[in-house]
Amino acid sequence: MNLKQSENDPHNKAILTSGNYASAEGAIAAGCLLFAGYPITPSSEIAAYMSRRLPEVNGTFIQMEDELASVACCLGASYAGTKSMTATSGPGLSLMAENIGLGVMLEAPVVIVTIMRGGPSTGQPTNASQSDVYQARYASHGDYQIIVLAPSTVQEMYDLTIRAFNLAERYRTPVIVASDGILGQMMEPVYYHSNFEKVERKKPQVPPEKYKPFEVFDDDLVPGMAVAGTDYYFYVSGLTHDIEGNPDMTPEGAETLIKRLCDKITRARPEINDWEEKYIDDSDTVVLSYGINARGVPEAIEQARQQGHKMGYVRLKSLWPFPDELMEKLGRQGVSKVIVSEMNYGMLIREVQRFQHLFEVSGITIPTTIPFSPKFIYKKMIKEV
Amino acid sequence: MIPSDNLSTPEEALNHPLKDWLNLNRFIFCPGCLIGTVITSITTCLKERGYTSKDYAIVSGIGCTGRASGCFKAPAFHTTHGRAIPFATGLKLANPELEVIVLSGDGDLFAIGGNHFIHAARRNIEITVICVNNNVYGMTGGQVAPTTHVGDITSTTPYGNMEPPFNLISLAAASGATYVARWPGYDTLRLQKSILKSLDNEGFNFIEVLAPCFIQYGTKNRLGDAVEMLEWMKKQIKIETDCPPHMATLDFKKGVIICGEFVEDKREGFTKRMEQIREKAKSKKIKK
Ligand SMILES: Cc1ncc(C[n+]2csc(CCOP(=O)(O)OP(=O)(O)O)c2C)c(N)n1
Ligand code: SF4
Ligand SMILES: [Mg+2]
Repeated sequence: MNLKQSENDPHNKAILTSGNYASAEGAIAAGCLLFAGYPITPSSEIAAYMSRRLPEVNGTFIQMEDELASVACCLGASYAGTKSMTATSGPGLSLMAENIGLGVMLEAPVVIVTIMRGGPSTGQPTNASQSDVYQARYASHGDYQIIVLAPSTVQEMYDLTIRAFNLAERYRTPVIVASDGILGQMMEPVYYHSNFEKVERKKPQVPPEKYKPFEVFDDDLVPGMAVAGTDYYFYVSGLTHDIEGNPDMTPEGAETLIKRLCDKITRARPEINDWEEKYIDDSDTVVLSYGINARGVPEAIEQARQQGHKMGYVRLKSLWPFPDELMEKLGRQGVSKVIVSEMNYGMLIREVQRFQHLFEVSGITIPTTIPFSPKFIYKKMIKEV
Repeated sequence: MIPSDNLSTPEEALNHPLKDWLNLNRFIFCPGCLIGTVITSITTCLKERGYTSKDYAIVSGIGCTGRASGCFKAPAFHTTHGRAIPFATGLKLANPELEVIVLSGDGDLFAIGGNHFIHAARRNIEITVICVNNNVYGMTGGQVAPTTHVGDITSTTPYGNMEPPFNLISLAAASGATYVARWPGYDTLRLQKSILKSLDNEGFNFIEVLAPCFIQYGTKNRLGDAVEMLEWMKKQIKIETDCPPHMATLDFKKGVIICGEFVEDKREGFTKRMEQIREKAKSKKIKK
């Protein structure tokens, strides 16, 4: 729980609200001025809140005809210079897939909040799940990288939505906030602070007559972004393109573009990746978890340590790009076993298994709808060691 | 479509009167295809209104017509198949000052993107949608489209098409478009008049441009080459004034294609209403 800020605040500005509302308010704090969405449980409160709040701050709310249109609308708004967002859940994210790929290809900053529910198909609309962590990563076809954040508290729904906007602008990419049905709906005290930096996208680095939409001048591989309504003109296409935006069907063209689009994100892992950790420099076994399901872990670990077990935990706040550096660090610090705990039948555990040369990997991976209690985690953990 | 993206601009095109407005090396269309005519008609109108590239944006979906956006020296967007209209909606909402023009094919706008079309018209979002209707999927090899006529041969209707086509004019009118017109692609003067009206109308505008695809449609239905197909179409064109949208026949079998302007309405546009909502929200301030 991350309530320190509100406790320390002289005016104690914490209010009691839901994760969905906190995410929406975070978007507004980050400078979001357009929301285009299509209602779906358990995310709909984000749309409803935005429909009320955005007009107050001179923003635009539009309920689109479906989720394909929602993302397309956000991308268009982004290319007119407006920070934009949509929110959905599993079936909606499925429909968004193709235009998420377009966002990657056009390098358009946009934020997508997905409030995970049970699947496949209509699944369990009113229940929580963590079974879309691959969907968030791999929704679209093609070879690409994307940023996915995973809040655990209502406060983090606010904080990480702000961060999602900042990362989207910084790296010119769609960013997904992967929350879940419980976190979206539940109420907790949250402090709507404004002590953060608002990141704006990189502007064109040359005058209009010299501008090429995908020309890169910096080591971060991020091109300066021109928008409609300025003196810049440009052609951007979902087709594989060269730096001028011309469709490029050569093998070299594919290689150059795909490598840059992917490297732009993976190279930035140290900046993007974020996690909470405890006791890992003094642990043989570490529990790795994220999102709502991470909330029971600290108590289980404390209990285990009281019993003399050398155990610690990491809680991922960003899931993708996967934090390889964290895994290497665990290896360096002598962790011999990592237990992955997630509310699905084993997803992120496969990423951790890439590091089996460093430590043993096992999982508490259950496709259930209720987060694991401290007692349950403790019992499972102890059986593992 | 010519399967190359590396076309060089021919000598004679270097003096093209619209060369400052067009990316001539991105004209990849078959010689004789009217998509080019539609592009130059649009730029002619933008030029006439004195717009520069900061005043407008061009959005297209996927298809032969989808490649048209690349021909403009403007903020130009080649989006996904069927999604040009919602993308354009986002541009317009974010910057209501922009003239946003969607230029796309009949399959793109009315098969995969049909839902977006009717909703954009219903909302009366202030954009102009220009559909190059060639009654077929040109780009992908001439498959049947929702605009293909009954009995016609396409690569996926080898025994003749069994589905009736949409009449795009009555569809647009019924959906709420405030300006609706249909012209043959060669009639650039009338087409340009309609484009200018659309630029001036603060509502959802729809212009259907008839532009036969002699490559994919003409050959399979024995309608001849580019010129012969235009002659064939020209014989059927009837320009009518005051024709109600549901009577706007487009029937190759009867040999009747009614062209003209079918809807000219005034209805408050979406961005105007959005502005009123903002005022309401700010004055009432509902508790969060
Ligand atoms: C999601 C998706 N499905 C299918 C396609 C393949 N596709 C590309 S263009 C096209 C049809 C285009 O027809 P139309 O819009 O009439 O354009 P034209 O080529 O005739 O101008 C299709 C089916 C695609 N690009 N994306
Ligand atoms: S629509 Fe037909 S004639 Fe025109 S470019 Fe495409 S294939 Fe060629
Ligand atoms: Mg077509």
